[in-house]
Amino acid sequence: MPVNSGTEATAGTAAEAETDSEAPALGLLALFWVVFERDLRVGLRRWTDASNSALFFVLVVTLFPLALSPRAEVLRTIAPGVLWIAALLATLLSLHLLFRADLEDGTLEQLLTLPYPLGWMLLAKTSAHWIITGIPLVVMAPILAITYHLPANALGVLTFSLLLGTPTLSLLGSIGAALTAGLRGAGVLLAFIVAPLMLPVLILGARATDLALAGADPTGPLYLLSALLVLAVSLVPVVAAGAIRVSAD
Amino acid sequence: MWTWFYRLASPPHFYFLAGKLSSWLLIPAIILVVIGTWGGLVLAPPDYQQGDAFRIIYVHVPSAYLSMMVYVTMALAGAIGLIWRIKLAHAVAASCAPIGASFTFAALVTGAVWGKPMWGTYWEWDPRLTSELILLFLYFGYMGLRGAFEDINQADRASAILAIAGVVNVPIIHFSVIWWASLHQGPTLSKLEVPSISGDMLWPLLTMILAFTLFFLGILAMRVRGEVLEREFQARWAQDVLRGASPMSAN
Repeated sequence: MPVNSGTEATAGTAAEAETDSEAPALGLLALFWVVFERDLRVGLRRWTDASNSALFFVLVVTLFPLALSPRAEVLRTIAPGVLWIAALLATLLSLHLLFRADLEDGTLEQLLTLPYPLGWMLLAKTSAHWIITGIPLVVMAPILAITYHLPANALGVLTFSLLLGTPTLSLLGSIGAALTAGLRGAGVLLAFIVAPLMLPVLILGARATDLALAGADPTGPLYLLSALLVLAVSLVPVVAAGAIRVSAD
Repeated sequence: MWTWFYRLASPPHFYFLAGKLSSWLLIPAIILVVIGTWGGLVLAPPDYQQGDAFRIIYVHVPSAYLSMMVYVTMALAGAIGLIWRIKLAHAVAASCAPIGASFTFAALVTGAVWGKPMWGTYWEWDPRLTSELILLFLYFGYMGLRGAFEDINQADRASAILAIAGVVNVPIIHFSVIWWASLHQGPTLSKLEVPSISGDMLWPLLTMILAFTLFFLGILAMRVRGEVLEREFQARWAQDVLRGASPMSAN
């Protein structure tokens, strides 16, 4: 079955499939790829939207040395926390991109009518969102951490913890984005309702980097971060699907 | 045989039942508060370490216990409303939120007042205090999300999902003093072990916990009645009540 590009791709193939046979046309993996690739393409086309949160990340990281102290010993101590907080804030800022546009032009309702599991499709959407908004954070963090005089081993752990943590933040944020998708001016409310869920990730990520900075073993928090990621990947799509059904009414 | 149970989901039946129940709940609550306060402030001996300052436990512990219990009630009511589509359950959840937030605030403030003479500080970012503060944020987020929706059904379902997602915080608060080295003292009362608090200090505490629980249920009954009237004001029974035509409307 040829997969044509455009917003109606999945609806088109599914409609053709309904007349041909009982089963939907796409297998789960193919479905994931279709939704993921479409969201990635749309997101990259509107890369300026995603770059807002990356620039915010850089801005927040810049503010701390100016307001607190530019001295290396101080910056080195606060670097893990500051970089993780900035990553969390940047993620919060980018969450509105997930569902707002699709809800407004009706694509989300199309997804709801498809004979495919909604949670799986939302997982694909959130993965594409993370690629566009989360990966820039993971890439920029070590560069910015160098300006905070963070030593090399702590840099590596910081980057790895962000690599494990930012997908979890995107997933948890997708719950809040799904709940507030249809609301006007829900920016701060969204941040307020997902922030409590994101706190364990923040605490663990900063702690891992802190341990590495002190020369201790950071694997404990890193294991917990991976566990949270696995938990988020398995449970969040179900919750987000329920939340989307509420918002798309 | 189970009709009495199914009837609980009917708004008018619940309205009149809660009206009769609320005085049965609130009057014992007030009596127990008086007894517990007398026992705690007058009868209980001063603590060997903390002197008389420990007596704030008789407000702090019941408030904290209620703050968690109310959140679980709210999440359960939301889940019942989502799964069985019972609108009254959503009304109960909506009514719980401000009460729970008040108890959480009371627990935090009384804890701070107790902490200053005991620990030397009003606040510490230790796991129990921080997770209790997160609980307060969860309550505010719940109420904020509710208020942001125009359609009451959307508001109900969205906030039920949020409440269920946040219920994971409650075991964290409860077990935080066991899992982590915390400034906050460890558990005094547990289900299986002998309490580590002396008997003449214990019974006022249990009395106050029971009193606060009855108080919560009584206030909840009153709030749910108001919530139900607001949601069902177009129904005939509600119009009768509001116009004072119903014989039960005096409740």
